[in-house]
Amino acid sequence: MVENDITVWAVIMAVIGGAIRVGTPFIFVSLGECLTEKSGRINLGLEGNLVMGAMVGYAVAYLSGSPWLGVFAAAASGCALGVLHALLCQHKSVNDIAVGIALMLFASGLAFFYGKPFIQPSAPRLPSFGLGNWSESPIVRAALDINALFFIGVLLAPLLSWFLLRTRWGNAVRVVGESGDAALAMGISINRVRLLSTMVGGGLAGVGGCYLSLYYPGSWSEGLSSGQGLMAVALVIFARWNPMYCLYASLLFGSAAALGPALQSVGINWGYYLLNAAPYFLTLIIMIITSDRRGTLSGMPGEFAK
Amino acid sequence: MLEALDIGKSFGEVSALNNVSLQLKSHKVHALLGENGAGKSTLVKCLMGYYRPDSGQILFNQKEVVIDSPQRASHLGLGMVYQHFTLIPNMTIAENIVLSRPNLPLIIDWQKEIESLQTKMTNMPFQIDLHRPVRELAVGEKQKVEITKQLLLDTKLLILDEPTSVLTPTEADEVLGKIHQLARNQQLTVLMITHKFREVMQYADQVTVLRKGRFVATATVSEVNPQILSDMMVGGESLSKPPTRTLQSARIIKLRTENLTVHNDQDFAVIKNMDLEVAQGEIVGIAGVSGNGQKQLVEALAGQRPPHMGTIFAHDKKFCADLNTITRHKFFCLPEEPLKNACVGTLSVAENLVLRKFNRPPFSRWGMLRRGVIRRNAEALIQQYRVRTSGPEQPIAALSGGNVQRVVLARELAQEVSILVVANPCFGLDFKAVADIRAQLLAARNQGAAILLISEDLDEILELSDRFYVISAGQLVYQTTPAQADMNTIGQYMAGH
Repeated sequence: MVENDITVWAVIMAVIGGAIRVGTPFIFVSLGECLTEKSGRINLGLEGNLVMGAMVGYAVAYLSGSPWLGVFAAAASGCALGVLHALLCQHKSVNDIAVGIALMLFASGLAFFYGKPFIQPSAPRLPSFGLGNWSESPIVRAALDINALFFIGVLLAPLLSWFLLRTRWGNAVRVVGESGDAALAMGISINRVRLLSTMVGGGLAGVGGCYLSLYYPGSWSEGLSSGQGLMAVALVIFARWNPMYCLYASLLFGSAAALGPALQSVGINWGYYLLNAAPYFLTLIIMIITSDRRGTLSGMPGEFAK
Repeated sequence: MLEALDIGKSFGEVSALNNVSLQLKSHKVHALLGENGAGKSTLVKCLMGYYRPDSGQILFNQKEVVIDSPQRASHLGLGMVYQHFTLIPNMTIAENIVLSRPNLPLIIDWQKEIESLQTKMTNMPFQIDLHRPVRELAVGEKQKVEITKQLLLDTKLLILDEPTSVLTPTEADEVLGKIHQLARNQQLTVLMITHKFREVMQYADQVTVLRKGRFVATATVSEVNPQILSDMMVGGESLSKPPTRTLQSARIIKLRTENLTVHNDQDFAVIKNMDLEVAQGEIVGIAGVSGNGQKQLVEALAGQRPPHMGTIFAHDKKFCADLNTITRHKFFCLPEEPLKNACVGTLSVAENLVLRKFNRPPFSRWGMLRRGVIRRNAEALIQQYRVRTSGPEQPIAALSGGNVQRVVLARELAQEVSILVVANPCFGLDFKAVADIRAQLLAARNQGAAILLISEDLDEILELSDRFYVISAGQLVYQTTPAQADMNTIGQYMAGH
């Protein structure tokens, strides 16, 4: 009986820890995509930004010895890719989805090419805070060993909400995303707003990428990303373009992803591969439950409805 | 105050404006008259910085200015209410108004902004609920918000594009009276694009007439009359004469609703238990101020919105709007804002004309479209319905409002029509287009179509319908015929008393 309690406890702790550990990159990428989409553009290339950020972050951290310098470099590389996306999409009759896919393949390829020499050496890892150190239990300690980037991500979500609703710039982003005609009438430069939104969004995705290489799993390899960049795009729709929901959705997604390994760690091997697909099932099911057949998705930027 | 001298503008080979001059005097109301495609919109867009004129100059307070962006125009104090509204549907009225304010602080204190808006609202001609999202508003209400927004923005020169086409006559008088008063009080200069002579005669000080991109004349209103203006506008062309009404022998009900209840997006009943009948060869009007459920009623009849309760019957059979049923019952619909609701803007005029039947002979054979047949069909209809376009291949979004409406009408009326639902068919159209469209509707009626005409223009209802209802808060509250109509009674029912 006591043993059973401990098992359940261990699974719960592992899921919470996993939500934080696995969910963090999703937070950054989905917030970045949320910002970009709020301006009326879709950047499917964030998967490429993520891989590039992972490589650049790891390389710079290794060469400089400072993981934080790596984070900045990753953000910068993401911004650069974002700018490239925005500039390409400014041209008439260029489709943002197609450009996104092209840039995703381009950035991943480039990252693999330049990342070859960094597969072997080990870079310094990002620091983490042992919030569970009060506890005797190694399970609690492991689960609550939380990375600094997670806290930044958690603060970023309300900050982005506040930015979009309460600042002039944030509202300019919303206006551009809702109606190009209205933006023109208000004298807002559509191209500039989209350029900046895609740039910052790309930068956030880069940071999400370097979390993968600098913290968890914590090394650079070509198989590092398992489509987190693409899933984050789906998360934004799932979160109805609301930054706070992006945060919750990322954590939910992370915890679902942690369920399989957590059960395995306590000796339950049943359905391991099936449980690894849990996040995807979960997304589909919630999408179906929350869909509204009568109209467009609430919260969807108006420019997508055209 | 503002002078445009010898403005010329062409798009490709089409010359839209040819040496047009316009002189606006401070604190006067200036009317700009002209048919569709006469170049009024182009001229105004040059003033507002959307287009750069190819030739000519613009003087502002006797100094030459280059207006190269809408922002520059608004710095000069120029503001415009567009015919295609520029409100953001997913935001509230308050958000729309606050965000268009110049010198917005970097961090917006919404509570303070809305409070100050509310104080200013007391001086406005319309009282609007600032917290409603724009997407719920009907055209008439959007128009009011647009005008209010400009008034709140401290615009010095206000340009109004067809400002009253969706207002009830009383509302129109209220708005224009207010605007006229602001000009009298030396607070505003107004340039108003309009088609209604009554408004020109009653509210404008000066009038400029354009025809086919050319300047015809500028006159002081007190020195002209509607006949002179009409001659200047049309230049001797004749208007469509409405056909005389033919009487129907038997009364056969073609469209019927029973206990129809329709909800809006917020799941609130906006059409309540409506029973309605339209017979063969009859135009039944539904008059009312916008926002009383008309929009949702049209959507329900067009199959865009499932009814919450009740049934729609076509030819006494339960009707659900799939393509086959629509075709079988010859049940067609002309929604309001046709460019948005009944066309694919990027497709050509020819393609839009066969949207409903391109997959059937003669327009396709063995699964392939027959471009030649589609083009010839378009050419014939363009001529018959007097659509002004550069050709069948022009994207329909490039056409002016009246011509889009003509295309849609051509598509719906070109075949035999049994039941027709029409919403605000003449919104924003000039009087020649209006005459054309009304004549077509009457002709369809005489051929036996059952027509339900939902319009916010009471004059239109009185002119076209055989009998009509007044709608208020989602219910038909009054029924009468144009012959027996008493304006006072109707006004009271429209106002919800």
